[in-house]
Amino acid sequence: MTTAAASRSLPSAVVSARTRRGWGDRLFRGLTRGAALSLILLVVAMIIGMAGAAMPSFRAFGWRFLYTSTWDPVAETFGALPFVYGTLVSSLLALVIAVPLGLGAAIFLAELAPVWIRPPITFLVELVAAVPSVVFGLWGIFVLAPWIRNWVQPALGASLGFLPLFQGPPYGVGMLAAGIILAIMIVPFITAVSREVLLAVPNTQREAALGLGATRWETTRIAVLRYGKSGLIGAVLLGLGRALGETMAVTMVIGNRPEVAISLFAPGYTMASVIANEFTEATSDLYLGALIEIGLLLFAVTVIVNALARLLVWSVGGAVKQVRE
Amino acid sequence: MNRWLAGFLCSLLAVLGSGVRPAVAQMLMNGAGATFPYPIYSKWFDEYAKVDPSARFNYQSIGSGGGIRQITARTVDFGASDGPMTDDQLGRAPGNLLHIPTVLGAVVATYNLPGNPKLRFTPDILADIFLGRITKWNDAKIAAVNPGVSLPDQAILVVHRSDGSGTTYIWVDYLSKVSKEWDQKVGRGTSVNWPVGLGGKGNEGVAGQIKNTPGALGYVELAYAIKNNLPAASVRNAAGKFVEPSIETTTAAAAGSAMNMPADFRVSLTNPPGDHAYPIASFTWLLVYKDQPDETKGKLLVKFLWWMIHDGQKYTSDLLYAPLPLQVVKQIEARLGEITYQGKPLLAAR
Amino acid sequence: MSALTAGSALAVVLPLILLFGFLLHQGASAVNVDFFTRLPKPVGEAGGGMANAIVGSLILIALAAALGLPLGILGGVYLTESRDPRLPWLIRFVADVLNGVPSIVIGIFAYTVIVLPMRRFSALAGGVALAVIMLPIVLRTTEEMMRLVPASLREAALALGLPEWKVILRVVLPTARAGIITGVMVAIARVAGETAPLLFTAFGNRFWHQRLDQPIAALPLQIFAYAIAPFDDWHRQAWAGALVLIALVFLVSLAARIATRGRYSAVR
Repeated sequence: MTTAAASRSLPSAVVSARTRRGWGDRLFRGLTRGAALSLILLVVAMIIGMAGAAMPSFRAFGWRFLYTSTWDPVAETFGALPFVYGTLVSSLLALVIAVPLGLGAAIFLAELAPVWIRPPITFLVELVAAVPSVVFGLWGIFVLAPWIRNWVQPALGASLGFLPLFQGPPYGVGMLAAGIILAIMIVPFITAVSREVLLAVPNTQREAALGLGATRWETTRIAVLRYGKSGLIGAVLLGLGRALGETMAVTMVIGNRPEVAISLFAPGYTMASVIANEFTEATSDLYLGALIEIGLLLFAVTVIVNALARLLVWSVGGAVKQVRE
Repeated sequence: MNRWLAGFLCSLLAVLGSGVRPAVAQMLMNGAGATFPYPIYSKWFDEYAKVDPSARFNYQSIGSGGGIRQITARTVDFGASDGPMTDDQLGRAPGNLLHIPTVLGAVVATYNLPGNPKLRFTPDILADIFLGRITKWNDAKIAAVNPGVSLPDQAILVVHRSDGSGTTYIWVDYLSKVSKEWDQKVGRGTSVNWPVGLGGKGNEGVAGQIKNTPGALGYVELAYAIKNNLPAASVRNAAGKFVEPSIETTTAAAAGSAMNMPADFRVSLTNPPGDHAYPIASFTWLLVYKDQPDETKGKLLVKFLWWMIHDGQKYTSDLLYAPLPLQVVKQIEARLGEITYQGKPLLAAR
Repeated sequence: MSALTAGSALAVVLPLILLFGFLLHQGASAVNVDFFTRLPKPVGEAGGGMANAIVGSLILIALAAALGLPLGILGGVYLTESRDPRLPWLIRFVADVLNGVPSIVIGIFAYTVIVLPMRRFSALAGGVALAVIMLPIVLRTTEEMMRLVPASLREAALALGLPEWKVILRVVLPTARAGIITGVMVAIARVAGETAPLLFTAFGNRFWHQRLDQPIAALPLQIFAYAIAPFDDWHRQAWAGALVLIALVFLVSLAARIATRGRYSAVR
């Protein structure tokens, strides 16, 4: 691919003038490329290091590790299925709650809210990202879980109890609590970044749509959201990343029971939680290897989820990509 | 204006980054390990700084396993653990590691029932509850040892620890001793494959879960039960007596074992002999190298340990830890005399 | 529709208000002058504070920013400006994956790579761990914000004869500045509250640190240690610590916005 893309419309004299002053550009380009490559180097180093430490576990369990559910540190038998399940379900639940709310709030703050209300709410939302997860976790045990046990679970059980999703005794802690607390924690990322994306959409887009007779909401939907779609997906992925890797807050409210259960009321366990809970106490090489193998699994799950999300974006919005005229 | 602000901030950070130099030359000693004794250790280090201002002890609680790992890797000067190191772990250390008992802790069965009754449990009942065999509060076995207490027809919600911990180790060590089924099916460890129940993170997580869930039952260190106003059940000990967990009965548990104390103090104090002994108690240890790599640090460490087993013990009860019995203190004194630097004992004649 | 979005905004803000209310209710009593000026004291003794933890957190954030911001912003620039067909896609993907790695794994990585060879815990190791966490956030938001700068601005600058690197530094980046700052703030807010990666790197320190290659105190570590203890006095200090941490991030965020408010702010 040549340099034609951005300079199609420029006369050749200008193009050659630019390339003549090449060394500044080359240096800059080299610098930026080095920075970007360092990221890959970092991740590769991490994966290699972890794979090395997880060797004992690979050798002992092989593929069984992925579909068995026993987690017994004393007998040194390990299977990761409940953790993979727990991570996926809790993150999915968090997204289902946080994405509509976060996008809705971002639209409100960027487009529809009265000007005086925007700064305080924006700041409030961004500050939540600074709350340490252990504080979230403790708030979860003392405030959120009792609320879920006393109000949410009985209500859901009474109205939707015929679904296996909402059956079982109301413990308060469990998958539902984990999903809700994750949603609360990732919503600031989604809202803050989405808001910036929406604000950066040029006014010309809005004016064009309004000029064509669109209503306020149609303008937002057609001109603004579609233009910023890639940025919005980026915001959601950022939030998803946080949800997949969140440890402290989740482990305090999920019940930490390594079992696969359909109901959202049941306790569960996530990959990040088990690593955090047991890493410092894991003494044998096999135990440590099993935990690190779970870390690698988390890497793999993140890769797959991200790949799927990208495929989704690509298939849905291929035509209306970046407006780089 | 922006440049001034930026410049000011940078210089401020540079000044702060370079650190604070104290007036007197002070040696920083780093230690890591168990979370259970963190309150008493921080009290001791603070008090000891008044006795010997040249030493500052920085202790961080990253868990017993973390303590063992860091002292083995020699990234800290001393470690701390609620559970004794295994032979395997000792073999991996680049030197002879000593276990020095510091205080005693008790692990209690705590619960949340209406009316907050005082309950008694036998070892069998506890094992059966944690194995999932006894599932209701008004089970006949529980009622049999608690006459006069009205037990509700409610499921027992078992709460255990999700994170690996010395507290768990003490609890399952006890259950393994009193129940063959537990020993075979589950066994001992800082993390085990629990047959039933939810996991709470940390003593605080378990206490919080129990406090907020009627019908819950779990195990926590005594201090957490007291501080959270949770009841602590009496347990029948090896001598057949129902003993209430307290500081005195915890110390009695160690006194009972003093006679058969192994030289390296790696002993399990659960289910000990003695009428007044509470059966679920344990030492917590500091881990130090017998051959200290640095003379100044080694001297400071040994002096502190001596102070700790004598003067330090008087600060324990206020913080709800049980002090070491005198018999054990004498044994530790002998051990401290063996800590050397290049062959020379560091403990000066006192 | 407006009602729905307003409702979402309310639903987003409500738990936050409840949380802050909880923190204020529990910890406000412990926030006093001592808190900001004194070192931690054992339980039961009045007058303890978290001064060293506050300073320690600031230093760790500064270290993380010094390492992570240049790499992140330059990387984001690369992703936007490069015309290479495949590498940017790979890097974007890798950044998203790294963002999902639990912070404890990153802490373990930093432990293996820095603490073990140095044989000591240090502020440097903590800074590196936090920088690795910040990197993908800064990278991706920089890229997205720069992408939204209209190409017409770029073209105009190019047409004036500016070399490409000047176009980026003097035109595109300043235009995207506000958005990039938001990304940076989000990243800083995230690392300011991280506990797990610091456990094996910065380690924590009850006293003032003396050098950057020694253990250093940090607010999240101190909050964690206090929150899991059984004593109410320490709990109050933990909540107070959380409030101070949030206030700290607020101030840093405010200062950054004021300092970079300028001639090139985008459509607002």
